[in-house]
Amino acid sequence: MTFFGDFLFFFCMALVLLPAVVLGLRGKPLGPYGLLASLVLLLAALAQDVRQLCWLLGYLLLEVALVQLYLRLRSRFGRVGWHYALCLALSVLPVFLAKLSEVTPLHLFQFIGVSYLTFRTAQVIIEIYDGLIQKVPLAEFLAFLLFFPTLSSGPIDRSRRFQQDYHRVYTREEYLDLVGDGLQKLLVGLVYKFVFASLAYRLLSLADPKANVWLALGYAYAYGIYMFFDFAGYSRMAVGAAYLLGVRTPDNFDKPFVSHDVKEFWNRWHITLSQWLRDYLFSRLLMRGIKGKWFPDKLTGACCAFLVNMLVMGAWHGFALHYLLYGLYHGVLLALTEVYQKKSSFYKKHKQDRWYRALSWFVTLNFVMFGFLLFSGKLIG
Amino acid sequence: MELQEKVLDILAEICEDDCVRQDLSLPLFENDLLDSLAVVELLVELESAFGIVLSPSEVTREDIGTPQKIIDLVRQKKA
Repeated sequence: MTFFGDFLFFFCMALVLLPAVVLGLRGKPLGPYGLLASLVLLLAALAQDVRQLCWLLGYLLLEVALVQLYLRLRSRFGRVGWHYALCLALSVLPVFLAKLSEVTPLHLFQFIGVSYLTFRTAQVIIEIYDGLIQKVPLAEFLAFLLFFPTLSSGPIDRSRRFQQDYHRVYTREEYLDLVGDGLQKLLVGLVYKFVFASLAYRLLSLADPKANVWLALGYAYAYGIYMFFDFAGYSRMAVGAAYLLGVRTPDNFDKPFVSHDVKEFWNRWHITLSQWLRDYLFSRLLMRGIKGKWFPDKLTGACCAFLVNMLVMGAWHGFALHYLLYGLYHGVLLALTEVYQKKSSFYKKHKQDRWYRALSWFVTLNFVMFGFLLFSGKLIG
Repeated sequence: MELQEKVLDILAEICEDDCVRQDLSLPLFENDLLDSLAVVELLVELESAFGIVLSPSEVTREDIGTPQKIIDLVRQKKA
């Protein structure tokens, strides 16, 4: 059973969502039911794959233990650098090993959702350090981690935001709105993924990107369109299902191909990922850098932070060369864009002009599509 | 008022524009006065000037959308 991928899943999901709808229409709390529904679907999905199930359970035990440990350390000793670093490192170790396992003969922590779960657990530990989280009740934590609509591929939610929805009790009218929106999103997502993405995928088999530049360009565009409809479709279905469970998971895509520059692109593509990286990696790295005076000026600092940020993004997809190159590529693009926008008088003079914006859009689109060509791995080997 | 002055000094320097002192309800992001980098700088400066802790994941763009909101945020953190 593949999450949002096959009929068996949709059938089980429908079965599991029906009681939610009944509860919601009667103005009852949905949080605990969401946890139950997630556990049921997860067990159904992994029943045949005991190995994966064991890794998942092991992972959960590790993360619950780490979070509780760090909560205690933090409340007793305050913000101690090495406590924080150690707990955070241990909490992301599983995903690191899982990615390593993809490129080596290892087989560690390879279970559904490991990449996405890591964001949730890391975020909790980071916010405990910040002092934003003082307690992590087990049921809520598990509900957040295992929330089935977003388990396998996001969108990446935040624990405090999720918690608010988890505890919220909707009135019948409010819930009806959610159902309406949710069902619409599910339908649109279905069409995106199973119609448009499939069509784009067919086009891909028609071209060999290494044959000549035009075929490479065609392939890049087709791949970009395929990735968008596939991923945006999946994300929209996930958000739709989440709505039916009373959780307003944030959207992941906002017309990314209208972007006028690469910075805007990352505010429109895989939004929850770039925002997570911005808030938990980029900003913090830059803040430390500025405080510690690592950089000669703030622009250099920003460029370094962009590079690191995007490299991590690439590596998170996998340790394969094409993923790392993809990350590096976008890091460089962001850094160059920043330097250009801050230093170029041409830019400052023309940035509002219609012709400039049209040109800028076209250039950005091509940079983005080439990035997808890199991501596809077809250019290497 | 001293707190307000200090905040506006920092903000004006980061935005490189004194207009933030005059209109305290000026939307900063919409007017390209602040972007993600400027926000980071702002958080660092406010932290060190007022001895408060500002977490990038806690402070949303909503919270610092106008000069007045920034002043209010600092005041709230100092309390």
